[in-house]
Amino acid sequence: MATVDLHTQADVHHHDDHDHEHGHGNFWTNYIFSQDHKVIAKQFLITGMFWALIGGTMSVLFRLQLGFPDADLTWLKPLLGEWITPQGKIDTEFYLALVTMHGTIMVFFVLTAGLSGTFSNFLIPLQIGARDMASGFMNMLSYWFFFLSGVIMFISIFLSTGPASGGWTIYPPLSALPQAMSGSGLGMTLWLVAMALFIVSSLLGGINYITTIINMRTNGMSFSRLPLTIWAFFFTAIIGLLSFPVLFAAALLLIFDRSMGTSFYLSDIYINGEALPNQGGSPILFQHLFWFLGHPEVYIVILPSLGITSEIIATNSRKPIFGYKAMVGSILFITILSFVVWAHHMFVTGMNPFLGSIFTLLTLIIAVPSAVKIFNYVTTLWKGNIIFTPAMLFSIGLVSFFLSGGITGIFLGNSAVDIQLHDTYFVVAHFHLVMGAASFFGMLAGVYHWFPKMFGRMMDDRLGKIHFWFSFVGVYLVFFPMHYIGIAGFPRRYYSWTNFETFNSFADLNMLVSVAAILTLAAQFIFLFNFFYSMFRGKAAPANPWKSNALEWTTPRNPGHGNWVGEIPTVYRWPYDYSKPGAKDDYIPQTVPYSETPESNLPHENDLIKLEMEDKNAIVVDDKKH
Amino acid sequence: MTTEFKIVEEPKKQLAMHPKKFAMWLFVASVGMLFASLTSAYIVRQAEGNWLYFDLPATLYWTTAVIVLSSVTMQMAYWAAKKDLLDRVKVLVSITMGFGLVFLVGQWMAWLDLIDNNIHLIGNPSGSFLYIITGLHGLHIISALVYLVIVLVSAYRFKIHSRSLAQIEMCTTYWHFLGGLWLYLFIFLLLNR
Repeated sequence: MATVDLHTQADVHHHDDHDHEHGHGNFWTNYIFSQDHKVIAKQFLITGMFWALIGGTMSVLFRLQLGFPDADLTWLKPLLGEWITPQGKIDTEFYLALVTMHGTIMVFFVLTAGLSGTFSNFLIPLQIGARDMASGFMNMLSYWFFFLSGVIMFISIFLSTGPASGGWTIYPPLSALPQAMSGSGLGMTLWLVAMALFIVSSLLGGINYITTIINMRTNGMSFSRLPLTIWAFFFTAIIGLLSFPVLFAAALLLIFDRSMGTSFYLSDIYINGEALPNQGGSPILFQHLFWFLGHPEVYIVILPSLGITSEIIATNSRKPIFGYKAMVGSILFITILSFVVWAHHMFVTGMNPFLGSIFTLLTLIIAVPSAVKIFNYVTTLWKGNIIFTPAMLFSIGLVSFFLSGGITGIFLGNSAVDIQLHDTYFVVAHFHLVMGAASFFGMLAGVYHWFPKMFGRMMDDRLGKIHFWFSFVGVYLVFFPMHYIGIAGFPRRYYSWTNFETFNSFADLNMLVSVAAILTLAAQFIFLFNFFYSMFRGKAAPANPWKSNALEWTTPRNPGHGNWVGEIPTVYRWPYDYSKPGAKDDYIPQTVPYSETPESNLPHENDLIKLEMEDKNAIVVDDKKH
Repeated sequence: MTTEFKIVEEPKKQLAMHPKKFAMWLFVASVGMLFASLTSAYIVRQAEGNWLYFDLPATLYWTTAVIVLSSVTMQMAYWAAKKDLLDRVKVLVSITMGFGLVFLVGQWMAWLDLIDNNIHLIGNPSGSFLYIITGLHGLHIISALVYLVIVLVSAYRFKIHSRSLAQIEMCTTYWHFLGGLWLYLFIFLLLNR
């Protein structure tokens, strides 16, 4: 639809933001307490990488125990100290702490803060054409709340009683009673404090992201011209805004149960034959509250990665994204569904089977928008002039993981099947592929793709590809065998299975998984080297290294605070005009008006220019929906 | 960037509202979710039985009236600011703060009534929920009172007038929201006690 608007005068904005661009302010205001969204994004990224390293190392530690139950681990004493028993084994309680902290760190600190924090902050203003976030101060607070939360969580790792050990889902009564296990003491208290701060950080960030996307878009950047990354960050922030307060409520009641003696989650508990005074609580209530956040949380983790992948796959296939509207619609649909499926985590809590079947139905419907996304990725790749950059490889890897992990989701979403597979390694394999490895690959793809914009230099292509192949093969070697182990009945979170005669035949498979996990972690050091080496010694990046249409590549090589020197560019088209028939180049940036590309315009786009010819004073507004 | 005499489709200015006001609405939404989850937990827990039924303290009726009145004075303060009647703004914002404090005192007295009635924070979850919900709402009222102080200081510094309304408007939004939230919580508690 084209409309004609009459403007007497084009309003010109004079922004004075770029006058405090180069080197103004001191080290502290420029790099530490910066309000520049790009610096905050880098802070989130580096902190996320730090936590990923800790979380990854923890997983290798417990994989050592699981793959080599008879090995002598005395050599880990310098690192773990008293947590290695005199027999050279990992302490059983510390094993549970490792599993718990691995989950907490990876889900919240790496794949929520490290992913959304980095890329929402970095890309939203750059891709919608804004000088900065709606509130730079709130944005800075968001990082520092996250940082403080991280410090507290980090301290909890070094407690003599160990960090929280009741699983990342911290189900009461295990997490509510300090006498239940050593990790439920001070470690659990610090976990709750850290998570409360983390929720504050997430809310501050999320409010900023939504406000910025809705209110700060540049001229011409209509919703139908937003890159899919922005759509994904937008819905991710909405999910976070609506679900994190629920986790806060759950944690608040748990804090009262732990510290004040209330009985929200506790009832009829006997310890050493002594009855606890708590009466009338319901542990299932906690599960409802927790999973009302917990399930949307997995979409908070995966959606940004799917958005990043959409952008990277379209750019490197040199083709418009297939089904732009369907992509947006599927994100929206996933967002809505994410709030009505939480009870599929609770099929074995004695739930009414009828209720279970409703949640089964709702859960299985998620397969529809997910399949739409996979289909659109594949059809975008189809017959494209594919360029295999490391970012592209990681994006394709994501699609592969999302597919193979998503298929097992259909199994697990069925209450009848889930009752058999619940809390086995099948579940572990499922969610690690579909949301763990897939999101992580999306994050890595994003780093490879936007590194030139972040640091003005290129990462090494060859090291990136080596990193990809080791990680890709490694992840499948880790998680594919887990499906078999899970179907065989291996329960998750167990310290050892050597007492079960039937599981002996799977010992070698577990060994393979552990070796693959070690290799996969080792491969990440290639990335770390590449990252830090390229930051200082990498090739200087060209202005638009991937020949991308999006707005961020119109900024200077090292954009200052304010992003654009002079006026913010105006947007005339959607961001996916790749390989448009008739066009000179195989890409037309969003800032190129239709009147400059008569050779490639579609009929309705030419009409817009004709309209303009008739009346010189009229200004044509292209309001068409793609 | 562009050379002269080029025919260019001038794109439309994007729809946008005041970013901070918008952020306030988002904040309101997340606070709303917090209380929605608590009241949902209340219903879920109640449905499981072993629930102690008791009458709400009568004090809560008049605190409800106070919070409604305070919303009226807050709105009048906003209208006064719109008409540049700065003295009235100061008086009305102060009255609103007064009502807010009276509300908090009333909530505290309601807690004392509960204790007289032998309903304690520790005990059957039906009482615990009441303490948590009223307490958390009270904390938000305290945050709004701090906000009112900031607005009052701005009013004394002539920073609030008909062309600078964002701050008092956001404060009014937040205050109305907390009042409405209390009405919801009160009716909810009346219906589900």
